[in-house]
Amino acid sequence: MRTIRIGSGAGYSGDRIEPAIELAESGNLDYLVFECLAERTIALAQQDRLRDPQGGFDPLLADRMKAVLPICRRNGVKIITNMGAANPVAAAQATRDIAKALGLTGLKVAAVTGDDVLEQARASDVALDEGGSVKALGNRVISANAYTGAAPIAEALAGGADVVITGRAADPALFLGPLVHEFDWAMDDWELLGKGTMVGHLLECAGQITGGYFADPGVKDVQGLARLGFPIGEVREDGDLVVTKVTGSGGQITRATVTEQLLYEIHDPTRYYQPDVVADFSQVRVEEVGPDRVRVTGGSGAPKTGFLKTSVGYLDSYIGEGEISYAGANAAARGRLALDIVRERLALTGVKMTESRFDLIGVNALHGGGLAEGRDPYEVRVRVAARTETLAEAVKIGNEVETLYTNGPAGGGGAWKSAREIVGVASALLPESVVTPSVTFMDG
Amino acid sequence: MKLHEIAHSRSGDKGDTSNISVIAFDMRDFSFLAEHVTADFVADHFGDTITGAVTRYELPALGALNFVLTGALGGGVVRSLALDTHGKSLSSALLELDLPDKGALSGSP
Repeated sequence: MRTIRIGSGAGYSGDRIEPAIELAESGNLDYLVFECLAERTIALAQQDRLRDPQGGFDPLLADRMKAVLPICRRNGVKIITNMGAANPVAAAQATRDIAKALGLTGLKVAAVTGDDVLEQARASDVALDEGGSVKALGNRVISANAYTGAAPIAEALAGGADVVITGRAADPALFLGPLVHEFDWAMDDWELLGKGTMVGHLLECAGQITGGYFADPGVKDVQGLARLGFPIGEVREDGDLVVTKVTGSGGQITRATVTEQLLYEIHDPTRYYQPDVVADFSQVRVEEVGPDRVRVTGGSGAPKTGFLKTSVGYLDSYIGEGEISYAGANAAARGRLALDIVRERLALTGVKMTESRFDLIGVNALHGGGLAEGRDPYEVRVRVAARTETLAEAVKIGNEVETLYTNGPAGGGGAWKSAREIVGVASALLPESVVTPSVTFMDG
Repeated sequence: MKLHEIAHSRSGDKGDTSNISVIAFDMRDFSFLAEHVTADFVADHFGDTITGAVTRYELPALGALNFVLTGALGGGVVRSLALDTHGKSLSSALLELDLPDKGALSGSP
């Protein structure tokens, strides 16, 4: 039975690049996938594109492509990525230009477009899961992108693409696409599409399955996190999977790391909604079959819903923040006094806030005070954050923390402040009939 | 006994919803987890740090439970005022859960 080897070269936009180079060099790969697009990233990228028509794609695209294109060319590895963000065509042009500059001629780069559905979303005045509608958001809406599936990626590969660059493709589809292409899986074989979705789900966060986001000294020890290896999926034609990594790389792949990642960001495990299938992970089995080799079987699926999740980006609000630290005897009491002072100052000066919070980092900032067991730490950090409707008001939040230097409790140090615009993201469902993905080829 | 003595955990985010897995180190402890780590118990543990409901899904083949907490992320990762906007640290909070002593059950086949 045929097996395809797919490497995962990035789990988010800012991820390490060397593990991808290691995979391209030594992974004996057929495909190298870079998943780099978080929910909000595409809305921010759309703003970049409005400022620069040739911009709006991943800022690390050039660094990644320069690092891996020559190796992938030499080793016959195809690249698939959503680094196109809000502008896959410009990203594909940039990639082709990089290839030319590196002397790699004849490289075929494909851009998958059609996920930008702002016009369709406005026309249908689609309802938002969070309440309200696209129409109600009016001119605050800056983007709407539908999660597209595996078919256009498979189409690009069938057309001979060496590099496929998408925008808002569903993360698992970046992996399902090459499986559909290589194994000629039917787009209504729900069980195989479910298994392929499981492959993508497990691999898409890269280091999170090889020991990243896992270590707990003395409880769950992981060696070599500074040179963590990224995962390789060995996928059989029948959808069975072995997860492994390059021998000698850091990290580990065990039943525990794989099980944690299998359930990561999953709600009902029998209903994992994707553009191409509703995947079912409820009967999955995880089995260690060798050192850093874990076999995963039993994924399944049910027919797709016919609707595509759509992320709507909009101008939401501003957040102002300030922090300052206290240490030694009575540090927590001085921290609490500092918070009281800022609370009173914000009221006295009439700063307009729609929401605020007053945290003592080291005591109650992460989970409220209930779990802290009343123990005061050696040092605390005061944190005040508030939502405002203008940048000018947001600036005042951090200022009121900073003035604690000369007006607040004894020994306050290391003040820091920020004020920033917040792009919100709401979700909607669009019928897939109004979304038309297409593939554009660029010959190098 | 604390939950972290017999299980490990990972949290993930989607919008304003957090999911937190609870996975037995030893598969034989799954039924103990299923009996004691109920959705209501988890909801009580988090108290008013979450504003929505807690739903539990069971995955016996994995020795795991999956908890889905709505209204858990201060309005969602992109607009939350919280320090940990993703709720990445919520798994550690859940592992602080107090359980009855497993006692004689420990290591029994």
